[in-house]
Amino acid sequence: MNLRSRILRGKFWGYLGAALFLVVLWHYAAWTLKNPLLPTPKAAILATARLFEADLGRHFWVSTYRVVLSTLTALLVGLPLGLIMGFERSIDRFLAPLVYITYPIPKIVFLPLILLFLGLGDASKIFLITFIVFFQILVTTRDAVRRVQSETISSLRSLGGNRAQVYRYVLLPASLPDVLTSLRLSMGTAIAVLFFAESFATTEGLGYFIMDSWSRAAPDEMFAGIIMMALLGVGLFIVVDFFDNILCRWQHLKGN
Amino acid sequence: MIEVSHCDLRYNQAKSQVKVYDNFNLKIEQGESLVLIGPSGCGKSTLLYLLSGLMPPTGGEIQIWGEPVKGTRQKTAFILQEYGLFPWLNVEQNVSLGLRVRHMTKGKYKLLVEDMIQKMGLGEVKHNFPSQLSGGQRQRVALARALTLQPDLLLMDEPLSALDALTRERLQTLLLEIWQEQKLTTVLVTHSIEEAVFLGSRILVLLDGRPTQVVGEILNPLVGQRGYRQTEEFFQKTSYVRSLLERGGLDESAK
Repeated sequence: MNLRSRILRGKFWGYLGAALFLVVLWHYAAWTLKNPLLPTPKAAILATARLFEADLGRHFWVSTYRVVLSTLTALLVGLPLGLIMGFERSIDRFLAPLVYITYPIPKIVFLPLILLFLGLGDASKIFLITFIVFFQILVTTRDAVRRVQSETISSLRSLGGNRAQVYRYVLLPASLPDVLTSLRLSMGTAIAVLFFAESFATTEGLGYFIMDSWSRAAPDEMFAGIIMMALLGVGLFIVVDFFDNILCRWQHLKGN
Repeated sequence: MIEVSHCDLRYNQAKSQVKVYDNFNLKIEQGESLVLIGPSGCGKSTLLYLLSGLMPPTGGEIQIWGEPVKGTRQKTAFILQEYGLFPWLNVEQNVSLGLRVRHMTKGKYKLLVEDMIQKMGLGEVKHNFPSQLSGGQRQRVALARALTLQPDLLLMDEPLSALDALTRERLQTLLLEIWQEQKLTTVLVTHSIEEAVFLGSRILVLLDGRPTQVVGEILNPLVGQRGYRQTEEFFQKTSYVRSLLERGGLDESAK
């Protein structure tokens, strides 16, 4: 326990140091460029504080809600399907070609179509992000399951485990580290897609906020939006890390 | 009695059929400690998979105490090569897994598991994960997990092959004690001649070949006697097993 809290404290100082470093770098760039389009960190942070009370907070929550809901949906569908495809060869034989053909297609190009079908509200944005993240989770999970050694499965079977228990006690925990890694990578993609989806025909979300500030030529406000977007990304990253530390502790141990 | 009668095991490989077992017969008495020894790839491990019910034979039948084997049995415990531990579970969770899989509630298994962990000398490492254990400790965990199921048949696939000499001897003694204490029917696969003679009340020497053949059967009535490892008899048996393995055939004169 003591060791863990020490590691956590170390991590915290690491994050803080990195954030400070970036702020200093940013300040230096703003100070040398002296371009009104690049405000100083101080101006941006002041704008963030000022706007958060007004409506930036609301935009932040809307965006958070969209990303989190999409990711959870993608996880809820992609993880079980990936486990099944990895383990049940007959189902995989049928679905794998479909996945392999559709996986490399950039899903973002379907945005106009999705907007047409699901409207301009939350549904279309959530659908688009879910769609993209789903594939990443699906493919990673499937590949992770295929790497599980047959001896590990035999071991559970020999204890009397049935098919459902193989999923629960072997395939799920064995693929979880890879799933969390793909989730971490998906976060970056999800937020990028979010920004893109929110910059179209909407009046809510950080993407809208940033584009709106840009069109009003208010760089400090635009940067307030960017800061919130960054915080959203880092926050989600930390959440995934947190689950990784709890669920996959065995992965991070050093042997004797 | 365990009866393997007229068992076949075949699989297709590159258009030709490989016979691993062809009309194979074997009887194992209750309370026997049968050791299978032979070169790599001679089908010893496969026999354990057949007995465990994990792999069905393509022909013939296996009966355990009069019941035909159809899939895994509640009372058969199988320790796979490399121990078959789950790296994501700690010692306690690994040991209790068999009971959890059988839907035993935590209130019921907690004491059983704790008892077994203490008995196997794993008390201090019970919250550790397999990657933090030594080879000997891992083997103890696998044994503990198997024994909590209170099996009447214990199958072990080269359980001690990856251990250093001292740990190995200590665990051999432990296995012997368990076998004698619980009158457990055990089938053990090994590469080591000394281990075979030290642990087996009967030793089967198998020979590579498609199909697998039994080239020798050695009865070893003195197994488990105090100081057996140092006796003349022990030495004779080991050299006999060695000669069978080397020649891959029966040597009547040494019997």
